[in-house]
Amino acid sequence: MIRVVDLYKGFGAQQVLKGVNLELAAGKITTIVGTSGCGKTVLLKHLNALLLPDRGQVLVDGVDITKLGQKDLYQIRGRFGVLFQGAALLDSLTIFDNVAFPLREKTEMSETQIHKKVEERLEQVGLGGMGYKHPAELSGGMKKRAGLARALVMDPEIVLFDEPTTGLDPVLATGIHQLIARTQEIFGFTGVVVSHTIPQVFEISDYVALLANGVIEEINPTGKFQSSQSPLVQQFIRGETEGPIEAL
Amino acid sequence: MLFFLSQIGRFTLRQLREMGRMFLFLISALALVFRPPAKIRLIIYHIKTIGVDSLSVVLLSGFFTGMVIGFQGYYSLKKLNAESWLGSATALGLLRELGPVLSAFMVTGRTGSAMAAELGTMRATEQIDALYSMAINPVKYLVSPRLIASLIAMPLLTAIFDVVGIYGAYLVGVRLLGVSSGSFFSGMESNVVFNDVYSGLVKSLSFGLIITWICCYKGFHAPPMATGVSQATTESVVLSFVLILVWDYFLTSVLL
Repeated sequence: MIRVVDLYKGFGAQQVLKGVNLELAAGKITTIVGTSGCGKTVLLKHLNALLLPDRGQVLVDGVDITKLGQKDLYQIRGRFGVLFQGAALLDSLTIFDNVAFPLREKTEMSETQIHKKVEERLEQVGLGGMGYKHPAELSGGMKKRAGLARALVMDPEIVLFDEPTTGLDPVLATGIHQLIARTQEIFGFTGVVVSHTIPQVFEISDYVALLANGVIEEINPTGKFQSSQSPLVQQFIRGETEGPIEAL
Repeated sequence: MLFFLSQIGRFTLRQLREMGRMFLFLISALALVFRPPAKIRLIIYHIKTIGVDSLSVVLLSGFFTGMVIGFQGYYSLKKLNAESWLGSATALGLLRELGPVLSAFMVTGRTGSAMAAELGTMRATEQIDALYSMAINPVKYLVSPRLIASLIAMPLLTAIFDVVGIYGAYLVGVRLLGVSSGSFFSGMESNVVFNDVYSGLVKSLSFGLIITWICCYKGFHAPPMATGVSQATTESVVLSFVLILVWDYFLTSVLL
């Protein structure tokens, strides 16, 4: 469904992605792990063309989305849902209006239908009856859940999760992971999770990819990834300071 | 020497590129105004933030500007034995020049800076990216309604500034310094023509466009960090002030 081919991206003199090749399995959750600042979010933002590469392709069902015009690009983006690192809820709107926002803007649904669907999604993420609140009144975990409800409200085929548990305590982090797994089971979307919360994130992942040195060093089914003999993978999983990944 | 020249060249190219981006941004925002659906509720909301919320500062500055003109005008005209011209001098000065320019400055400080800060914060907290990812054009949602709102609100604010300013000058000139009320208003009636009102209207419309364009552009493209937002806010205010004055010169030379 999504294939990244020889992707390069730099910012000024700093080259972040140096030829990323990656294939994401449809209907499965693939987690991209890597050290902080290695380019995971940059890679994720290329998947729905929020960032454009210096070189390379991002193929969605065989269509290179880096070459699309605005109209076609918006059409492709309509197939994606995104949960941003800080949830990126619109400050000026209530939680209900945030979740209803894409429905009001992109569909012809009546207010009654929108109300029903939004309440349903809010219930699914455990925020039933909280729609009247503004983002500023919510805790970090609640914001993430509201962001997830918004990401899922258009029934997307592909959902991108940018560090969904960053800044959350372990209990909340596990709750969010379970929520991602549960919603993936319900909706069957293709999930791409960027995270460095290991090993917890392995529990919800079908595949794990390690991004290091600007390339995907390894991608494998979760079990195989965990037992990989690659020194890079093992150092990352064990969190050791000695090894091929420089700690500081 | 070669290094110095290359630095100048690089700087010039960077500025030209930035200007090109700014004009493309404006063209895109204006074009999206005409693409349905019209964001009526957003336009009304922004008329409130640009117009109603700036009203108190426009009233206050208009009133005191008028009173200062009353004093200064009386002092200058008295030397020529022409105090009776105070009304027309005040009205012409306010309608043609001070009303549009000063109310534009007030709106820049009160609302333009807030626009830049709000959009800059939305950029830093990925809210603009979120709009893109929902396949919603952020320029249509965030900028175009503000453009229309400012085109509606700015002439009204300027008109209010003019009226309050004339009243301030009347209080000082007629009530305080003893200029005849009849000559104050009859001079105004006989010397102010439609072209003076039209000139102020054209200026206020274009200043409204400049403020929203510059402040939205700077906020929209702010570097995604706290210093980026503050830098965008400062730049938007300074650039708006400068462009208002430069554009005022060109318009005055054309409309005079």
